[in-house]
Amino acid sequence: MINKVVKNAQEALQGVENGMTFMLGGFGLCGIPENCITELVNLGVTDLTCISNNAGVDDFGLGLLLQKRQIKKMISSYVGENDEFERQMLSGELEVDLIPQGTLAERCRATGAGIPAFYTPAGYGTEVAEGKETREFNGKMHVLEHAFNPQFAFVKAWKGDTAGNLIFKGTARNFNPMMAMAGKITVAEVEELVEVGELDPNQIHTPGIFVQRIFQGKGYEKRIEQRTVTPKI
Amino acid sequence: MALTKQQIAQRIAQELQDKWYVNLGIGIPTLVANYIPEGIEVEFQSENGLLGMGPFPIEGTEDADLINAGKQTVTILDGGSLFDSATSFAMIRGQHVQLTVLGAMEVAENGDIANWKIPGRMVKGMGGAMDLVASAENIIVAMMHTNKKGESKLLKQCSLPLTGVGCVKKVVTNLAVLEIKDGAFHLLERAPGVSVEEIQNATEGTLIVNGEIPEMKL
Repeated sequence: MINKVVKNAQEALQGVENGMTFMLGGFGLCGIPENCITELVNLGVTDLTCISNNAGVDDFGLGLLLQKRQIKKMISSYVGENDEFERQMLSGELEVDLIPQGTLAERCRATGAGIPAFYTPAGYGTEVAEGKETREFNGKMHVLEHAFNPQFAFVKAWKGDTAGNLIFKGTARNFNPMMAMAGKITVAEVEELVEVGELDPNQIHTPGIFVQRIFQGKGYEKRIEQRTVTPKI
Repeated sequence: MALTKQQIAQRIAQELQDKWYVNLGIGIPTLVANYIPEGIEVEFQSENGLLGMGPFPIEGTEDADLINAGKQTVTILDGGSLFDSATSFAMIRGQHVQLTVLGAMEVAENGDIANWKIPGRMVKGMGGAMDLVASAENIIVAMMHTNKKGESKLLKQCSLPLTGVGCVKKVVTNLAVLEIKDGAFHLLERAPGVSVEEIQNATEGTLIVNGEIPEMKL
């Protein structure tokens, strides 16, 4: 088996430079690559384009990169919950490309799957479709959307093995599998790194072929954005 | 009396049909899950990658790795399943989800909906709303009939940036149940004690009133 293991986030992020385009997995704060984000802050790289469904909160997730003004452009479907984001966006410091969530997911998938572009009904007749090719299929209008071209994808999995095979947990899967497919270099950080043979091949969500570097993550905070509970009776 | 938000949800729940997969948006739509009619089996889909969504977890059992599309902690019922975002929107665009319930700022008599952007104000994004309205066979909009200034939200034409075109077929508000067809709002039911005249006054778009309009049964 091809061994993909690197020591830590520092080693995993070798080659990261100013001005690059990254994909970062996660939905809200669920399933985000916490260790990679911390290391991007440490590296101080700037002028980044970040493709991620959301932009974190003020003091966690991608919010940490926003605080240090490291992000030039965000490509997301929903960016609430973040005051610093709002300030930078309204002042024009931060460029923001908002795209429908399903289109974002499919554009990530297409990137990894060798599909340069595809038609989707989402956004037809709205400002999302402005300047894009449209075409009718089966009596319904569709919009042409393109794949991305990221240098790195950073994903977070629950378990992974040394060959880069990944298993996600709960709704922390979200965008991670498609982004793992899409990165020229995909870095996977995992809560539990195991030897090959320990994961059941039937249960693998992301085959190791999509992962170039994997490391044992540490200190996961896994912050909950909206803690909603049913009171104990 | 105009309906409360809970009652709007209760009325929408009457539209649920056995064996339907349903996606509920944030706000009033979320409340629909509290009023599933007896004898009916439905499964709720959350577009962040969950089918068979259950109630909020018992205090102390919440799991950071199990949330809904509103980022709230939830549970998963027996028989539920988990998947990635591309698969989730394949379910939505591929019309495997039978009903979408979502809120709106404006709905027009041609079925256009606007619910994601107010120019000049902070734009948070459309999330999955554009994919949902572009694809769902059945879309029910849950909303108040008028805005905080008392202006109608059921219009001839949307003034805000659109989320989708010609897609809404049914609207349930605090005053009425309306069907959108042939470029007009057709009044189907009134909220208990609300007159047709009140509904007419609160509706800017073309309102068709055919015969006696019954009161909703809650």
